[in-house]
Amino acid sequence: MSTQPKRVRNRETDMKLKTLLLGAAAGVALAPAAFAERGSDGQVNIIYWQAPSIMNPYLSGGTKDIEASSLVIEPLARYNEKGERVPYLATEIPTVENGGVSEDLTQITWKIREGLLWSDGTPFTAADVVFTAEYCMHPEGGCAQRAKFDGVTSVEALDDLTVQVTFGQPTPNPYGPFMGGQSPILQKAQFQDCLGAAASSCTEQNFNPVGTGPFTVTEFRPNDVISLEANPNYRDPAKPAFATVNFKGGGDAVAAARAVLETGEFDYAWNLQLAPDVLEQMAAAGQGEPIAAFGTLVERIEMNMTDPDPSLPEGERSTVAHPHPILSDERVRRALSMAIDRELLVEVGYGQAGRATCNLVPAPEMFASDNTDCLTQDIEGAKALLEEAGWTDSDGDGIRDKDGEPLSLLFQSSTNAVRQDFQALIKQWWSEIGVETELRNVDSSVFFGGDPGSPDTFQKFYADVEMYANNFDGTDPQPYLSMYRCGNEPKPSTQWQGENINRYCDEEYDALLDELARTGEMSERTRIAKALNDMITKESMTIVPLVDRGRVSARSNTLGGVVLNTWDSELWNAADWYRIDG
Amino acid sequence: MTEPTPASPQAIEALRDEGPEAPPRSQWADVWRQFLRHKGAVLGGGFLIFVTLAVLFGPYIWTLDPQQLDIRNKDVRPIYTVLWNGDATVSWAHPFGTDNLGRDQLAQMIAGGRASLAVGWAAMVLSVLIGTAIGVAAGFFRRLDGPLMRLTDLFLSLPILPLLLVAVTLFRQPLRANFGPEGGMFILIVTVIAITSWMPTARIVRGDVLALKEREFVLAARSIGTTSWKIILRHLLPNVLSPIMVSATLGLATAIITESALSFLGVGFPSDFPTWGKMLADAVPRMVDFPERVMLPGIAISLTVLSVNYLGDGLRDALDPRIRGR
Repeated sequence: MSTQPKRVRNRETDMKLKTLLLGAAAGVALAPAAFAERGSDGQVNIIYWQAPSIMNPYLSGGTKDIEASSLVIEPLARYNEKGERVPYLATEIPTVENGGVSEDLTQITWKIREGLLWSDGTPFTAADVVFTAEYCMHPEGGCAQRAKFDGVTSVEALDDLTVQVTFGQPTPNPYGPFMGGQSPILQKAQFQDCLGAAASSCTEQNFNPVGTGPFTVTEFRPNDVISLEANPNYRDPAKPAFATVNFKGGGDAVAAARAVLETGEFDYAWNLQLAPDVLEQMAAAGQGEPIAAFGTLVERIEMNMTDPDPSLPEGERSTVAHPHPILSDERVRRALSMAIDRELLVEVGYGQAGRATCNLVPAPEMFASDNTDCLTQDIEGAKALLEEAGWTDSDGDGIRDKDGEPLSLLFQSSTNAVRQDFQALIKQWWSEIGVETELRNVDSSVFFGGDPGSPDTFQKFYADVEMYANNFDGTDPQPYLSMYRCGNEPKPSTQWQGENINRYCDEEYDALLDELARTGEMSERTRIAKALNDMITKESMTIVPLVDRGRVSARSNTLGGVVLNTWDSELWNAADWYRIDG
Repeated sequence: MTEPTPASPQAIEALRDEGPEAPPRSQWADVWRQFLRHKGAVLGGGFLIFVTLAVLFGPYIWTLDPQQLDIRNKDVRPIYTVLWNGDATVSWAHPFGTDNLGRDQLAQMIAGGRASLAVGWAAMVLSVLIGTAIGVAAGFFRRLDGPLMRLTDLFLSLPILPLLLVAVTLFRQPLRANFGPEGGMFILIVTVIAITSWMPTARIVRGDVLALKEREFVLAARSIGTTSWKIILRHLLPNVLSPIMVSATLGLATAIITESALSFLGVGFPSDFPTWGKMLADAVPRMVDFPERVMLPGIAISLTVLSVNYLGDGLRDALDPRIRGR
């Protein structure tokens, strides 16, 4: 390690010469487009309260590592803040229409921009892309992003600037490999000795990758500070505006928020999971502002369609053998949803980091259904619906009953201050419509732990209703909606693993899912996805969405160009960041 | 030779024995008198009686439902805030203010005190009973000493948290079915706290019993044929009462605090069932803006524990005949 600074300095002088030459050449061609100068805005300070430990996302699933490395290495295309695909190293997004994706949906062909250079000055070619696939798909490599390459049978370079990816079966969404911050391109020359089992021992490569991004690493201290400087060979000669980046890791969310919002020591803080009133109080100091962007994370109430009665023998509780005595009636589920004031929940728990929603798939915009009926609370309507369903308060104790059975529900969730507040509020509303609720909160590590031996996991669902949040990866909701297929429910025969938590089962839904898997055309896919979303939410009230939860970060008032993106790395457009004088 | 001067009549009067001025005092009157001399103990006892009466009869006087949410009246400050901040939202309808969901804090304090004190007392009594029984048995019967003390070591080495999680997992369902969600959890928590906190009592009692049983009065009792059972009841237990008292008071404090830790982890009572510990844990994130939400239950816990400690101290002094009268 002691020789490293010297080596880096040598590379620096080497690069400066190239910058001069290149700058002179590029300056002629691109000068009109550029209104700023590279490196003119000094240093930008970024704080991540989880410290990055590696700059190679293929060896780490951690968001912090993926985002830090996105400053240096780039994919062929990214998702923008709306979840749309935008080309980065590629010239355009391949689609069926432009011939980039084959008609049978088994091949995708990427065209790479001409004249791209790595930060060490060597040309970027298709061979690097092919190598990246080889690197991640190596059987001994333990690649953290292997799922991105699922179904890929081969990756070939057709020429220096064309890459063809072939899948084993029709893949309507072929944008797994080389797309987004989780799948950037590594330089073949640098990583060729790091294949397979050698991957994690290549410390120098993993800490100082050669990239095409706006910055390059000058010093990497794992779990502490990363120093970066502007990439002299970056494709836009006017960018990045910042000459250096000080990327600090560690601490906690409160300290990070304070450093940007109250003291102004840092320009950007990532992922601030704090209560709205706490953030608001810090923002009052006037150094910066919290920014929020929305992804697909939805806080929801799940209705159990099966009977969790403890008197049933073990192995039959909460299985499809016994339908739920109360919640099997759609009218009861609807009444429970109608009694909830979602706007108030947002105000209490999330502030600007949440939006009331009725959708399981709230985003990307093209997949979001226009389903907003649930947003208005309707206590009287809910009461009427329960009356209609035969639930009346015959003994005058304030709790509705039918055939001598009280309308009483067990409502469980994980232990979290906001969730317990939500539980208390919802219990109150349900008591107004004559539903008795028993609250239970389970430690998160148990609740989400998936231990088949524990009765308290969310999969086992030994309760009538439960509340938690879930989201999906990427921008395509097909795998997410497929979770609610018949037979995919957690059950004893699958060790209580399974994703259909509600034990929902509808043949029509399954048929529509099959249709979605066969459809490649985008408008048709969005139509089907919306229909599926509506079936499971507003039509059957199996899932009662409450809040669309956003991600909150904070930026200093002097940092411009920040566009918070929940579909890709938050630092996806760091090349466009600049200093606002003031 | 002179006539002996008769003694002065006054002097003789003065020497005359007039008999008892007051009827003989019972032992317990002495104890009471000694106890009254300990100002701290009297104050502590008084506070404890006050708190107990307040949580027992409070709900009949302050009739607001502690679980009732009133979101329009959220974040009301306690009435005394007006003294230094004229702009604060206060209301006589909520003298201790309300929390972030608009629950009345006074009603919560009363209801929370019920739960906390009930858990504290029940767990303390149970753990002292177990601890004393095991300590006396181990100290008095040589043959039981080894096994019982190894058992104590075993319990001391048990990690409480995993044990609790397992106990909750195993027993919550049957207890809930038989005693309801709150009653079942009460029994579970009291039992778990008791069986994980009796060990210090057992060790202290064993040590004292070991020393006491070799003393002459025990030997004398044994020599006239007193049974072991009688020796324990008459001679040993009264003499180890003071360490038991002390560990009991400490136990009450630990029990209240353990219960709050449990509630914090979500393995305790249902989340809408107030206890002092849970009120405290819930209030921590907003401590800067609303310090009273931490202060009120915190002060209640501290004062209760302190008063119990003083009470224990006073009782120990009062019960020890060697200290009495000094």
